[in-house]
Amino acid sequence: MQMPRKIRVMIAKPGLDGHDRGAKVVARALRDAGMEVIYTGLHQTPEQIVQAALQEDVDAIGLSCLSGAHDVLFPRVMELIKENGMDVLVTAGGIIPKEDLPMLKKSGIAAVFGPGTAIEEIVKFHREHIKQRT
Amino acid sequence: MALSLREKESDPADRNVLQETFREWKRKFDEEIRAGKQRRDKFYNLSWMEIEPLYTPQEDFDYDAKLGNPGHYPYTRGIHENMYTGKLWTMRQFAGFGSAAETNRRFKYLLSHGETGLSVAFDYPTLYGYDTDDPHSEGEFGKCGVAVSSLEDMQALFSGIPLDKVSTSMTINGPASVLWAMYIATGEAQNVPKSVLRGTIQNDVLKEYIAQKSFIFPPEPSMRLVLDTFEYGMKEVPLWNTISISGYHIREAGSTAVQELAFTLADGFEYVRQGIERGLDPNMFVPRLSFFFNAHNDFFEEIAKYRAARRIWAREMKERFGLKNERAMKLRFHTQTAGCSLTAEQPENNIVRVALQAMAAVFGGTQSLHTNSLDEALALPTEKAVRIALRTQQIIAYESGIPRVADPLGGSYYVEWLTDRMEEEAYAIFDDIEEYGGVIQAIEMGYFQKAITESSYRYQRELEKKERIIVGVNEYTVDEPLNVPILKLDPKGRDKQIERLKRLRNGRNKRRFQEAMDTLRKTAEGSANTMPAILAAVKAKATLGEVTGVLREVFGEYREQHII
Repeated sequence: MQMPRKIRVMIAKPGLDGHDRGAKVVARALRDAGMEVIYTGLHQTPEQIVQAALQEDVDAIGLSCLSGAHDVLFPRVMELIKENGMDVLVTAGGIIPKEDLPMLKKSGIAAVFGPGTAIEEIVKFHREHIKQRT
Repeated sequence: MALSLREKESDPADRNVLQETFREWKRKFDEEIRAGKQRRDKFYNLSWMEIEPLYTPQEDFDYDAKLGNPGHYPYTRGIHENMYTGKLWTMRQFAGFGSAAETNRRFKYLLSHGETGLSVAFDYPTLYGYDTDDPHSEGEFGKCGVAVSSLEDMQALFSGIPLDKVSTSMTINGPASVLWAMYIATGEAQNVPKSVLRGTIQNDVLKEYIAQKSFIFPPEPSMRLVLDTFEYGMKEVPLWNTISISGYHIREAGSTAVQELAFTLADGFEYVRQGIERGLDPNMFVPRLSFFFNAHNDFFEEIAKYRAARRIWAREMKERFGLKNERAMKLRFHTQTAGCSLTAEQPENNIVRVALQAMAAVFGGTQSLHTNSLDEALALPTEKAVRIALRTQQIIAYESGIPRVADPLGGSYYVEWLTDRMEEEAYAIFDDIEEYGGVIQAIEMGYFQKAITESSYRYQRELEKKERIIVGVNEYTVDEPLNVPILKLDPKGRDKQIERLKRLRNGRNKRRFQEAMDTLRKTAEGSANTMPAILAAVKAKATLGEVTGVLREVFGEYREQHII
């Protein structure tokens, strides 16, 4: 019997925002939960993120942005994902006003984890939603 | 009366009485614990130091060696004899968003409500040395601060604000010398000579690699630019603080208070060491070094941190670096309350957090203070929110009575013990850094970044296990919709800014511009001080992106290794 493949998640920091505390905490938590985690590092363009996700063949991408540039950068990532025909779960986190949530949902982002979200909740969400997809 | 008590404590007969009464207290205390009257087995502060339930006089406490009076070595009790009875701290609210004109309005609003110093927040493109129309700036214009791409923008930012009357702090690091040059040129345009300009550029590249991550160049050329500003400032802009060595961002990235203290001071020693190596007289340049610390929730831990910082700095400057100038031994610092402590949940609670944190900064003897606004876990502050934050400082200043006495907690058994502990643990961290071969090697090997990541992860885990309580987040939560007004930026701001940049580039004297850029490149490739060439370039209307672009070509860009 073949062992099931580990869930592969990419944590990505689009834009110029240098706040990586939350992204790193989430990355560590997903890793501790038995997933394979790739962290892009800072200052990535949407193109770089999607390229890396393709190469790494990830099941999920977690986007993190605290600078307020999410309104431009996140939809751009989603566009590129669609253009490349990728089947990947995308979640987001950071300082994101609730007025922006409908727009982000519409672009295809599955969940937005705001400040104060328990990391266990993020882990659980990945387990449940990635399992459903396969 | 205080004096007679001290004498009494050092009398051996009385000390026996003290020990006796302490034993009696401990016996009853243990009984209570056995009866289960204790909320937890052990208590820890935010640096995971175990805190005892009671502190009593230390037997060998040496007042002169450990504290000294305010204004006297080792400055544990403050750097001025009279502290706040002479002058209150500068109330300096960090502000910036959108265009220079929008931010100029906010500056004037804050000044009209009693702010006493300005503090500029730049947007991400500016922090990275990109103009608004650079592709890297996509989506970032004006979001976390004001966009300043040219001298014209800087002039608009300070329009109607006399630069000989205010002191200005600018949070800028990688391209600090360029923004500083723009400020100096703005002063000249207002007929204010640079010799009277007062303020601070953050200019702390070491902490960029450690925590804030808005680095541009590799460490070596970055340090050269910093030392160039030290040298230029000493000669030409003597009242200016050419660096604000910053623990704030280290803490925000998730360090403990002890790590913040030790990493920041270690960075400070590195600047002093390299300045001396460069041939600068430390008795001249060290007095222009200033510091910037965080004020988090753990009230006493924060106070102890500031006191320990002053004592360590004074000792190291005097004993390790052999400085003679007393001013060089006095650690002066700005404080900002902890942004990372604020919660998006029940944001009104943040007013209380900020008040406590601001009190810790004042008890700790800060020279200037920014208080965060209640809505900052959600967005940039609205006018009303920032006014409440400023009023918090004013209430502490004028109503609380705290500033009446220098170091009012000096002599508290707990505070003195904790100050010693912070100092001790900071020295243990200095030893670690030395083992790596110094600050820059430790950065390159990821020591700081790893330590901070560990601390923030541990803290987050504790929150989730409710080993630490954050009111409104993991306890006392409510299920009600968030109702805080959010600041909105001018949606046309970016387009207007790009239009202005186009006009600037088309309208400038092309020959003068090209000559200035050529000189800048030659200077960067050589070893002379870069400040005059940068100043000439911005006066020739070179944009931030153009100046930084030349430096990027000469110096290269820094890429960090990814540590999780």
